[in-house]
Amino acid sequence: MSGNILHVENMTMQFGGVIAVNNLSIDVNEGEIVALIGPNGAGKTTTFNCITGVYEPTNGCVTFCGSTIASNHPQGKMKKLYAGENKGLYKRVVSHTPDQITKLGIARTFQNIRLFKSMSVLENVLIAKHIRARQNIFTATFRLNYREERKARRECLALLDEQALLPMKDDLASSLPYGLQRRLEISRALATNPRLLLLDEPAAGMNPQETQELSEFIVQIKNKYNLTILLIEHHMDLVMQISDRIYVQDFGRLIAQGTPEEVQKNQHVIDAYLGVVEDA
Amino acid sequence: MSTKKKLIYTIAALAALFIILTLCEQLLPASSMLFIVLKKGAIYALVAVSMNLVNGFTGLFSLGQAGFMLIGAYTYAIFTIPLKEHAAVYQYFDGGIIQFTVPILVALVMAGLAAAIFAFLIGLPVLRLKSDYLAIATLGFAEIIRAFFQWDAFGPVTNASNLLRKFPTFDTVYFPFIVSGICIAVIVLLINSSYGRAFKAIRDDEIAAEAMGINLAKHKQMSFTISSFFAGIGGALLAMYQTTVQAGAFKSSMTYELLLIVVIGGLGSVSGSVLASFLFIAASEWWLRFLDTDTYIGAFKVPLLGSGFRMVVFSVIIMIVVLFYRQGIMGDKEFSFGAFGDIRRFFRKRFGRKEVTK
Amino acid sequence: MEFITSNLPYLLAGISVGGQYALIAIGYTMVYGILRLINFAHGDIFMVAGFLMVYLSATLPIYVSLPLVILITVLLGFVVERVAYKPLRTAPRMSIMISAIGVSYLLQNCAFYFTSGLAKQYPVIPGISSSVAIAGATTKLVTLVTPVLTIVLVVVLVLLIKYTKIGMAMRAVSRDFETSQLMGIKINSVISTTFIIGSLLAAVASILYFSNYSTVTPTSGAMPGLKAFVAAVFGGIGSIPGAVVGAFIIGICENIIKGLGLTTFSDAFTFALLIIILVAKPTGLFGEKFTDKV
Repeated sequence: MSGNILHVENMTMQFGGVIAVNNLSIDVNEGEIVALIGPNGAGKTTTFNCITGVYEPTNGCVTFCGSTIASNHPQGKMKKLYAGENKGLYKRVVSHTPDQITKLGIARTFQNIRLFKSMSVLENVLIAKHIRARQNIFTATFRLNYREERKARRECLALLDEQALLPMKDDLASSLPYGLQRRLEISRALATNPRLLLLDEPAAGMNPQETQELSEFIVQIKNKYNLTILLIEHHMDLVMQISDRIYVQDFGRLIAQGTPEEVQKNQHVIDAYLGVVEDA
Repeated sequence: MSTKKKLIYTIAALAALFIILTLCEQLLPASSMLFIVLKKGAIYALVAVSMNLVNGFTGLFSLGQAGFMLIGAYTYAIFTIPLKEHAAVYQYFDGGIIQFTVPILVALVMAGLAAAIFAFLIGLPVLRLKSDYLAIATLGFAEIIRAFFQWDAFGPVTNASNLLRKFPTFDTVYFPFIVSGICIAVIVLLINSSYGRAFKAIRDDEIAAEAMGINLAKHKQMSFTISSFFAGIGGALLAMYQTTVQAGAFKSSMTYELLLIVVIGGLGSVSGSVLASFLFIAASEWWLRFLDTDTYIGAFKVPLLGSGFRMVVFSVIIMIVVLFYRQGIMGDKEFSFGAFGDIRRFFRKRFGRKEVTK
Repeated sequence: MEFITSNLPYLLAGISVGGQYALIAIGYTMVYGILRLINFAHGDIFMVAGFLMVYLSATLPIYVSLPLVILITVLLGFVVERVAYKPLRTAPRMSIMISAIGVSYLLQNCAFYFTSGLAKQYPVIPGISSSVAIAGATTKLVTLVTPVLTIVLVVVLVLLIKYTKIGMAMRAVSRDFETSQLMGIKINSVISTTFIIGSLLAAVASILYFSNYSTVTPTSGAMPGLKAFVAAVFGGIGSIPGAVVGAFIIGICENIIKGLGLTTFSDAFTFALLIIILVAKPTGLFGEKFTDKV
């Protein structure tokens, strides 16, 4: 149950002179729900982008299920500009594109929902099956892959049924109400058969009632699909209720970590969120 | 509507099309403008659909179509000019160096393959570029291809800037219809397949598509290469239609024309592209033809009419479509027999008959 | 020395054409900077300016027709923007680019209609059409006038953009369309000004260019237009000095290639250069990088 699944080590992401993620180390164990919290602009989404291959970290390494998925040291222009730590530590350079990382078993959702707007709900989910099917462009065009296609459809319909999205399977994704769009985005991520699911502010824009439903939903899918979940969230009720452990990031750096109770009491966290009282 | 019913409708429609074409062939004089419209329209339909595959379905703004058509047209012509005509055609190049011919259908496939190979090579560097940069780079490549085909050093193969002619052509309307029809059918199958979905995903949101595991470079390359394959075949058909080939004819203005057809039909609609091709050709070659000739009503000369006025009116119409009917004729919808069903049901309701449920 | 005298005509022609491309390229680069639109019709506006001169000078004295050509061209640029681009401001970028292609198509077809597709002789303009000899090479005076005039106009333009209120507005709009609107900048007048400046320079370029090449046809705007656009991309789209440097490089290279006897490739070379720069450094020589936010 509790092997390490994601290991982020001394990861730094620097854009020009701005350090967005600073020497960050995170560990996620199998079967956990881990939350990454922090004030706006703390570098949480950038962390996600580095893990999923959208950005190449400037320094540090990321390991998923024991294999290195990203590793880098400052190169080129960054050699001079680099202002982070552990400069000489990572000699190896490994980088994967986002699609390769998805294939390895990490799925994600986006902060501002990114559905395929002109496609139907069912098609949105079917896209996830594209890479898993045994087919090539020739067999797909001439429908020689009909067995695979039928299987993909069956699986997707079952998934939509579970998520109560089946009645609108033929509607345009963009025509769904906001809450359902969120749910569809998660379903779509689930359809890639991930081991690790990264959720970027899944409860953004939801009211307390919807947030409560969402937290139950997250726990439910975690158990059902044997997932490990890493999530970014600002709704503290949700975070404190469902996460096993919490990492707190501020100005790119990790400022605290621990169980929800520990983090709540941590002075650094309180300062980061409420500000430090200056002497008058 | 059930698949079986759809199939029956499709077969019926194809049969009807065949009968209409046969009637035209039998009844109308060979010089009728309708034949020009049908032949050229069928060819343009194929090229427009192939362009729609890249621009409308994959969301890549490519303007290389004329270049790929040129490659197809030349490949077809070079390998089919009968050997006994070589001396006359390649008169400045000692009869050329390609001393064999292949059957027409083989040459058509070769035309497609040649265009596809070029597209693949061009795609390697340029498909990484974003929207308008991609547009201008593909346009540039089309121009480079044109220059190379006109180069004297390639004369023994391409006849440099001279015409290629005397290759086999078609004289019935069936040929372009059948070839285009098969090619478009394959494109439609592709678009509705798992790969077609992946292309549409890339068009809608590249970042999300990548997060779904779709390899952007590979899929863009596929769409671009396949589109060029069919553009190559379209180019070969155009060569057959025109009976001569010259690189000078495949200018960027041809690509612009095709792009306008695609837009008028609706980006992301195959049936729109087909419909728009026929309308475009019919309007520019036939219906507006009267605008080009000086007309007298009694002693009164109708003002404005004269050579070139047709194209002015035509481009004004296009501007109106572009500005006011941005979605084009079909938007991103497709023609379906279901639409007929809707109309029928509508009439049934109106006239108070009982709705028949299927 | 012999090398120089034999190649000097090509070099001179290169500098001259480069200057003319530069003037057109500025129109492209400014419009792109603000609207993110490749104004495909720009080359045709340049062509129309050429024909205007042909027709106006047939009836009017040159000192009247010259300013009139510039005035009408500016008006055309303004009208094209108002009619064909303004209604599409909120439309996807592809629509507005297709509208530009449509305008280009329309202008070419109109020109074809009015001229019956025949090439027209460009009038002789006193002062720039006469021949001079430099270091043993004979050339038209326009060859010498062009680079000087180009540099002067560019300096004026750069000063305008740097130090006037409208210039500041232009820079703001090219940075961030929406925010500058919120700051109370009148977007439409800024865009119109951009088109007016672009068309003005295109009109000047057409006078210089056609004095040199002496005939105008309905399609003679297409190639210089495309090349000027390539120059703009080469120099880094959105950057005026970049466009000018790019235009001179392209003009000179193109003429040297002609000098080497590879005339067929002079156009192809321009595009090859474009593709190389796009692949190696998509932002061009002086361009700035824009990144998408995930």
